[in-house]
This record gives sequence, structure tokens and C-alpha cells, in this order.
Amino acid sequence: MPSLSRRKLLATSLPVLGGAAALIKGGGAPAAAETSPNGVPGHDMSAHGGANGLAGHAAFRDGRQVDHTANGFDPHEIQRDFDWGKTRRTASGRVVREWELVAAEQEIEVAPGVKFEAWTYNQRVPGPTLRAREGERLRITFINASTHPHTIHFHGIHPAEMDGVPGVGAGDIAPGKRTVYEFDALPAGLHLYHCHARPLAEHIAKGLYGTFIIDPKEGREDADELVMVINGFDTNFDRSNEVYAANSIGFAYMDPPIAVKKDELVRIYLVNVLEFDLVNSFHLHGNLFDYFPTGTGRQASELTDTVMLCQGQRGILEWRFAYPGDYMFHAHQSEFTELGWQGFFRVK
Amino acid sequence: MEARGATREELGPLGRLPAWLLWVVPLVLIAAALGALAVFDGPGLGDRRGPPVEELSVEKTKLTPGTIEVTVRNDGPDAVTIAQAQVNDAFVQFSGGEQPIGRLDTATVRLQEPWIEGQAYEIALLTSTGGTITHAIDVAVESPSNDLSFFGLMALLGVYVGVIPIALGMLWLPAVRRIPPPWLRFVMALTIGLLGFLAIDATLEGFDLAGEGSQAFGGASLVLVGGVVSFLLLSGVSEWLEQRRRKLSGAAGSAGTLALLIAVGIGLHNLGEGVAIGSAYSAGALALGVFLVIGFAIHNTTEGLAIVTPIAGQRPSLGRLAVLGLVAGVPAVFGAWIGAAAFNSSLAAFLFGFGAGAIVQVIVQLAPSIRDEHGRTLHHGAVAGLLTGMMIMFATGLLVTV
Repeated sequence: MPSLSRRKLLATSLPVLGGAAALIKGGGAPAAAETSPNGVPGHDMSAHGGANGLAGHAAFRDGRQVDHTANGFDPHEIQRDFDWGKTRRTASGRVVREWELVAAEQEIEVAPGVKFEAWTYNQRVPGPTLRAREGERLRITFINASTHPHTIHFHGIHPAEMDGVPGVGAGDIAPGKRTVYEFDALPAGLHLYHCHARPLAEHIAKGLYGTFIIDPKEGREDADELVMVINGFDTNFDRSNEVYAANSIGFAYMDPPIAVKKDELVRIYLVNVLEFDLVNSFHLHGNLFDYFPTGTGRQASELTDTVMLCQGQRGILEWRFAYPGDYMFHAHQSEFTELGWQGFFRVK
Repeated sequence: MEARGATREELGPLGRLPAWLLWVVPLVLIAAALGALAVFDGPGLGDRRGPPVEELSVEKTKLTPGTIEVTVRNDGPDAVTIAQAQVNDAFVQFSGGEQPIGRLDTATVRLQEPWIEGQAYEIALLTSTGGTITHAIDVAVESPSNDLSFFGLMALLGVYVGVIPIALGMLWLPAVRRIPPPWLRFVMALTIGLLGFLAIDATLEGFDLAGEGSQAFGGASLVLVGGVVSFLLLSGVSEWLEQRRRKLSGAAGSAGTLALLIAVGIGLHNLGEGVAIGSAYSAGALALGVFLVIGFAIHNTTEGLAIVTPIAGQRPSLGRLAVLGLVAGVPAVFGAWIGAAAFNSSLAAFLFGFGAGAIVQVIVQLAPSIRDEHGRTLHHGAVAGLLTGMMIMFATGLLVTV
């Protein structure tokens, strides 16, 4: 078939001048048509996000949205979705908190129209935000429903055999197998979990990670709490990311923005799992925040508007918006920003 | 031995059937077999393994203020859908390319990017499977608009580098006319040397161009196909011209045909040269300057010499000389238009091959004219002429870079 059509094309291109004339005609036509209404591309207010006036920023192609329903998770929902698991008490009165995590393969839309064969915990990227209180007994049942071996490696304090790495304890969990990770919730702070099967970069980059929060015994001040797992996707497998985001979907918080209240304490659980890039960062506009690295201390390490994190680093951010309005937040690597990792808070 | 049709007895039992049926029946069977294969989806073969193959090649970029327009062709076997676009690692708004691009189809996407003149840009088109098609713009320069004044400019360029130098070169005719036969043979050999160099140069240029763009239409083989096609076409045409001339006026006058053929061959070469100049100009890779025009002029005056050498023994009218000059030079104008307005590396590669083939045909026609009185072709005068011709082309070629 290919050679047939090629021959046909060659035959039709034989009358060289005729073909050339046709090309001139075809090539010349669209020339004058495409200039934006006000002549300044990228600043055309109708170009994107026109409804809320957030135009002028890098964005995905107009009029196209990621289908959150088909993905099975919505970045606007998972940012406030804390999974407390199921609890029961032992005879001695100690709380045992239990979860079930299932690893599976799932195609997700990482940018409008761009599909990615992700690996997921409980059908979402990032996986569920596991939340417990300091000192509780935690039992995580892990079921591998995918076709590759996986583990769950938790950050925190636990015995070696509960570390979720190959060759120690249960080691790699083969497809169709299960295991239980059981340990004490220690220490209080912001942690994460991720697959530790090799090749490590691949298992993490495909989506096997999530947030793991241990609240201190005395609790934290009431706040509007948000989880931001900052990540990216290498859709063409060249070991660099094509799309960057907070909670997987680039530009998701540009339209609509995250709604917050003026003077109310905002607390962000920020976790960097970005693969392939050495660092990631978070920058807040119009405000400064108290930063608690790893969420383990009670004293803020810094009052700042920009923090830098390497992969696996995380921290808690706290502040109150002093004024109403729209405030940007994004990676302060401009490249990541314009490749999806940016959003807005809308303060009322 | 003469070919003849087989008799009915030799053909056996099928001999009684009409000949057309014997042609048609296999055709019908072939169509039926292929149709069945297609309908039943290649029984036993199963689906192709692996993900879809995505191959887009960028055929053309056009820069206007605030917009980068990219035309891509699908070289691969599967349809490709452009989902998102990035310029220098930032997502950008764009229009066009809404539908999947089928095999060999093209799509033009217009990216909104406030590009800055003189800077480099990398464009990445993100496909529906997450693959990226990248294209580098080494130096951003506004593409010329295709209005009348632009075509006028390209015409002027064509006249400067094609028509005028060739006309100047033809001024050697009176000088060539006076030289004795051994020296004429030397000049003829020099002409062949000039042409030979042009043929090699055009072929290599064609291969370069073929490597750049879409490979779907055959890539480098287009150059060779173009060469063979033009060689055969011109051979046919020259044979036809000779036959006609012989009927009209006996055996004389083949030198005039030869001159015309050389003019046509050089004209086709200049068509390709025009394409190269026009496309380089529209891509901003060519600075139009006195130096370039002078370089081309020196380079192409030698082509004028090549045209007039075979007719040294005749007294052609001025009108006829003008026609020869225009046949050789004007295609540079058309080439510049094509190259600037509708550059397509596959087409350009084909044209370069076409020009090279035409020149080779001319060389074949010219070769007998350098034979000396003993019938030798590569005598010392001829060798000296050939080498001198090639040296002249090489040296003058250094003055020009496109």
C-alpha cells in the first residue's frame, strides 16, 4: 500500500510547474488571516480563562479541559480530601487506624487531550492523603493489582521490615499479592509514601506516591487545610517532564482558583515528589508564610514567600490573607510555572 | 531477432479466449484478493504490536509578529493528534490542527508567541499520546508576506542572479567564434567541466534538502528520481527536435538544438537555484546584498558561455540569442517565487535532481563536440578544459553561500 500511494504521488508531482503553482496557491492563502484582534498575542483577553479574567498566562489550549470525571479524581477535590482510614481500639484502648491501598495501572489525562499510562494507588495521582494522630498504631494493607511488582515505602519511624523496600521484610510485592505494613504513627509531621521498586524513577514518575500526615497529639490550630503534591509527568519518556503541576493537573487552579477566606488561617501541606528535576519550589504572591520544614517543629524556620524543595522534601506553610483578591502561587522556576505548575487563590 | 505474438496453438487451451480478458481476469483476481485481505483485516496477522507510531515532520515555519505558524506533515503510518503546544518550554495558545492528521496529510498550527527577532526558539507539539514533535528555529526573523511587492522583489532577485549574468556570459560569443578548432574544443570541454560541476553540486544540494523535510515522499530518492526523469524527458525532446529538423532541412543544424538543450538544462538548474535562494530569503537565512548578487553573477556568467559555445560556428539572430538566454535565466525567477512562497523540501529536492538530470543529458549531448580529428575524447586539451571548467565553478561557487 505505501509504495502504491507513493508512486501515485510522484506521478502527480511530475508536472513540476503545475504542482508548484498549486503549492503557491495553497501556501499563500492563510497568510493574512491570523492576527489576534488586538495584535498582541497572549494578551488577548478572550484567549483563555476569559470568564474570570485570568488571561495573559501560559495555558493549555483554549476551550479544552481535562476530564476529571474520566480520570476519577479532581485536583480541586483531592486538595481537601484527607483519608482518616478506619479505626478500632485494642483492649488496652490504643487506636488502630487501617487503610487499604491498591496499586493498579490506569490511563489518565495529564493535560487536555494528552493521555498518560499512569500507575496509581487507589486510582488517583497523587494517592490518597493518609492522615493519623501521633502515637496511633497504623495498619496499611497493600494489594498489588497491577502487572508489575510494587511496594509502599513510608517516610517516618518504623522497623526495617516495614520499610517497603525490595529485599527487606516483605520486599517487592508481586502482581496479585498483598502485604500489610504496620507501625506506630511517629513522628508528628508531614511525610509521604511512595513505591520503592526498581527502577525507582519510573515507579515514582508514573504516579505511585501520596501524602502521609501525622498530627501532633495536641493537634494544630484550626485552619483551612490544603494538600499540594507538586509533581510532573514525562509523557514522552525522555526523562524530563513535559507537564508540571500541583496535584497532577497543570493550570487546574488557574480556572477556577482555590477559594479561601480573608483573615482565616490557611495551612498547606506541601510535598515535592517531582522526578527528573533536581529541585522544585513554591512561591506565594502578595503574602509571606510561616514555613515548618517537614512539619515536625512548632517553631517556623522562616517567614518567607518562596521555598525550595528537593524530591521527597516537604513542609507546612501557614499564613492569613490580609486582603481580598486573586493571588498567584507557582513554582519559582519560570519553566515549571509555564509548563503547568501555577494557580490562583481567590480571597473573599 | 524480432518480437512477435505467439500463435494460438502455442498458447494452449486459453488461446481461444480474447486477449483483453486475459488482461482483465488477473486484475479482477488481484482486486478480489486484496479486497478480501482488507475486509477480513489480514486474517492470522493479528493487530500490530506496540503503541501508535507518531512521525510528524515540520515542512514550513512562518513568523509574523506574535505568531509562529508551523506546517507539519504526517510521515508515519498512524494518524497523529496535536493536543498541546509549547514554545521554549512554556505552553502556548494555538489554533489549527484540531483534527487528527492522517498519513501524508498536513496541518498548520498557529502558535501565539511574542517572539523576538534574532532569538532562537524551540517548538514542541505534544501529541495525544504524550509524544513530542520538536522543531528548532535557529534565528527568528519575520517571514516576508506574499504580496505583490514581495513577488516583485523575488523577480528582481531572479533577474539579478539568473537572467543578467547569463546574458553577460553570452557576450563571449564573438570571441568564441574566432578561436581555432583546437581551442574551441578546449572551450567546449571547459563548458562540460562547468556543467559537470553544476550537476554534482545540484545533486548534493538536493540530498541536503531531502534530508531536511518529510521523508514520506521518498527523501533522497526524490533527487535521483528527478534526475532520471529529466534526463529521459530531455533525451526524448531532443530526439524529437532532431527528427523534426532533419525532416525540414536535411542533416544540418544540430548545433542550434544543442544550444537550446543546454539552455533548457541550465534553466532547470537555475529553477532549483532560484528555489534555494527564495527559500533562504524567506527563512531569513539569506542577506540580500551586493556581495551575493555579484557572486551569483560571476558564477552564472559561465553558464552563458556554455550556451553560446556550440553555436560558435553559426550566425544566430539576436532574437534567437535572447530566447536562449531567457530560457536559461528566467526559471531562476520562477524558482525564487516557488522557494519563497511555497517552500517544500521534498519538492525542492526533486527540482534539484531534475536540474542535475537535465545537465547530465546536456553533457551527453555535448561530449561528441570535444573529439579531436583522431576521434579521441579525453585528449590533453579536453582534460585541461574539463579541469579548468570545474576549477572556475569551484572558485566562483565560493563567492556564494545559500
